Amino acid sequence: MTGIPFPIEQGHVRAFARALGEDADVIAPTFPIAFAQFDPDWGLRMRPGVPWNGSGAGPGQSSGGAGGLHAEQEFEYFRPIRVGETLTAVKREGRTWSKTGGRGVLNFAERHVDFFDDDKELVARSTTVSVTVTPKPKTDDDIPEAGR
Amino acid sequence: MTVAIDQQVRKVVVTDLKRTQIVMYAAAGGDFNPLHTDEPFATQIAGNPTVMAHGMLTMGLAVQPVVDWLDNRGVILGYGVRFTRPVVVDPADGATVTVVAKVGALGEDETRIDLTVTFDGATVLGKAQVRVSLT
Repeated sequence: MTGIPFPIEQGHVRAFARALGEDADVIAPTFPIAFAQFDPDWGLRMRPGVPWNGSGAGPGQSSGGAGGLHAEQEFEYFRPIRVGETLTAVKREGRTWSKTGGRGVLNFAERHVDFFDDDKELVARSTTVSVTVTPKPKTDDDIPEAGR
Repeated sequence: MTVAIDQQVRKVVVTDLKRTQIVMYAAAGGDFNPLHTDEPFATQIAGNPTVMAHGMLTMGLAVQPVVDWLDNRGVILGYGVRFTRPVVVDPADGATVTVVAKVGALGEDETRIDLTVTFDGATVLGKAQVRVSLT
């Protein structure tokens, strides 16, 4: 199976639990999202030699946020995840759909990550829905008289 | 375990959310978007009043009352939310997030718990539902 290894390490599990205010080595229900640490394509971490969009001497600059906003998140669990095992994460694209709202067209895109164990049994699934906005085109009504 | 429709638990899952906790979450979860941890970026570049908690941090906090309530008497089958509003962490007042977890549907194999998650008087997670199997 082609996928990305996601080792379930005790230190990582503990750090994640503590970040949620727990002080126990329990795997939080949202822990599968921490696969991001092992995802080579994950864009929200700083990489050596690559420009980053945080502040330094100045406030920094925006990367433009092309990936969209995190609109929805769902997890499905088929059996408990265990510390010490290494899951295999398989990413795949899901549905896409659009809705017209006040600000323009909202474009939704679903991404799944399926986590399998050594027996190729599905352990958990993470589904992320992101949204990008295509702004409403300006009409003559939006432009003040002086600007026409 | 005996449960009934509309049975509910109310819990304040965080009071005075510290920026340190947001940094801890960024480090553990891997989301280093500076909107969450970098005040000059959040205010001067993104135009936000200050930093905001990760939606995934709020989602993680919000399910804890259900985890505590289950207490090994069942398992979580699924958990989903919509991120409707950010939790903005005021430098003076911090942030307090409250969860009401209510039994929304009872089935033979599955019970649905509906979460109402509020911050500053507004709901921050929409359609927040936990599916559990009770033993």
